Amino acid sequence: MLLIYCPYCEEERSELEFRNAGDAHIARPTNIAEITDEEFEAYFFLRDNPKGVIFERWRHIHGCGRFFNAARDTVSDRFLTTYQAGEPKPDLNAQPKTSATLETYDEALEGAAQ
Amino acid sequence: MRKYSVFAVAREALRGHKGWGPHWASPEPRPQYDVIIIGGGGHGLGAAYYLAKEHGITNVAVLEKGWIGGGNTGRNTTIIRSNYLYEESMDIYEHSLKLWENLSQDLNYNVMYSPRGVMMLSHNIHDQQSFKRHINANRLYGIDNEWLTPEQAKAYCPPLDIAKSARYPINGAALQRRGGTARHDAVAWGYARAASDRGVHIIQNCEVTGIRRDETGRVTGVDTNRGFIGAKKIGISAAGHSSVLMQMADVRVPLQSQPLQALVSEPLKPIFPCVVMSNSVHAYISQSDKGEFVIGAGTDQYNSYSQTGGLQIITHTLDAICELFPMFRRVKMMRQWGGIVDVTQDRSPIQGVTPVPGLYLNAGWGTGGFKATPGSANLFAHLIARGEPHRLAAGLTLERFRTGRLIDEAAAAAVAH
Repeated sequence: MLLIYCPYCEEERSELEFRNAGDAHIARPTNIAEITDEEFEAYFFLRDNPKGVIFERWRHIHGCGRFFNAARDTVSDRFLTTYQAGEPKPDLNAQPKTSATLETYDEALEGAAQ
Repeated sequence: MRKYSVFAVAREALRGHKGWGPHWASPEPRPQYDVIIIGGGGHGLGAAYYLAKEHGITNVAVLEKGWIGGGNTGRNTTIIRSNYLYEESMDIYEHSLKLWENLSQDLNYNVMYSPRGVMMLSHNIHDQQSFKRHINANRLYGIDNEWLTPEQAKAYCPPLDIAKSARYPINGAALQRRGGTARHDAVAWGYARAASDRGVHIIQNCEVTGIRRDETGRVTGVDTNRGFIGAKKIGISAAGHSSVLMQMADVRVPLQSQPLQALVSEPLKPIFPCVVMSNSVHAYISQSDKGEFVIGAGTDQYNSYSQTGGLQIITHTLDAICELFPMFRRVKMMRQWGGIVDVTQDRSPIQGVTPVPGLYLNAGWGTGGFKATPGSANLFAHLIARGEPHRLAAGLTLERFRTGRLIDEAAAAAVAH
């Protein structure tokens, strides 16, 4: 099971709270009634399926309910980073965001209270 | 090829089983072939076999990046059935089922095809309506499928709990009696042996890293970790890696690669007579001839090439199985693994020509490729040999995502996805 950092909740949560929503950064054509069948196929059916870094959408459906984007390695399943919807593709060399490690049970309770 | 028979077994028994020899040859690759098939699973090996047997094309190589049958052919739950809803699906899966029935004789190799019946459990009125629609469609098309009451289902499969108070009550079932299982490794080995016997080169540990084309765009061969190998025609039959290979020819395909998991239990005495599937609660189970319960789980929700998957997926399936068959609650699970399946949006396969001349694609079998192995291989060989699809696979083209003529088995919900 994956641990996913929600950029809105600013917390790592289990995959059970999230729903994958496919490729990120796909712009719906504004003139959808006029585009050709080829263009519609490319927009609607053709998706990147890389063996390597994938940019994909996730929804924190059992949390804040919001969509966000992630860059993930499809070979190791490691998340490189997650970022808010609407932001451009990020610099993948930057350090991934994770929750700070909690040392004690009191700290965890404190976090929950906040 | 030495013919396998009861006499061969008796002879070898007297000679200490020292004379069997390898199943297939492992030659050095030639510089040029008529046809290269990328992917040494059941579909690819079978296509090579039928190219040699039915179309007289023997200058064929099957390139496999790992070992024969080490991909999805050796990772599935070996279920065979043909009770799909749409004619395009019924055509190819029924063609396949008919080939299964004689495959052991055809290959002179025991693939252990066992038509023990595939039962699909209905838990609610929606299941019932959907299954009856499938049964009617199948029977009108000449494919066996029948409706069972809960009592009849219990008589066919005694471990079933049909109590009204069950967590997932059963209000009937659809049964395809000709459905069943086969030994997946034997399918790969049998095809490899029979293809090798007809002159096909089987080249393992040979990973394709590029697809070369001439100035007209036509394929000329492949780059591999063992150097360039020329070919007039190339068939891609690489399951989860199909889109990676198609990308080498600059073609985007509507495929998503996802992990699909399966697991087996410790071996037990024979207790489970058929295959049982429940799509509503996502469980399917059968008992292998070794006595292990073979259990299929679902796909993970994200794209991955990791050949593993989330633990929550298999625990979800085991939860359902323990509810359906309370007697299995204390059975221990022995092994778990994942394979990478290539899924299309309409959950139907793609088999056809591609925009690149000389390049043919057999992909998108998703979670149900094993049952289609002989039929798919047979029709893929026809496609490569003739350059146009066989009548039975004519609807499975890549163009259907452009024309909109989808084969929407996903919405038909007959199959566990």
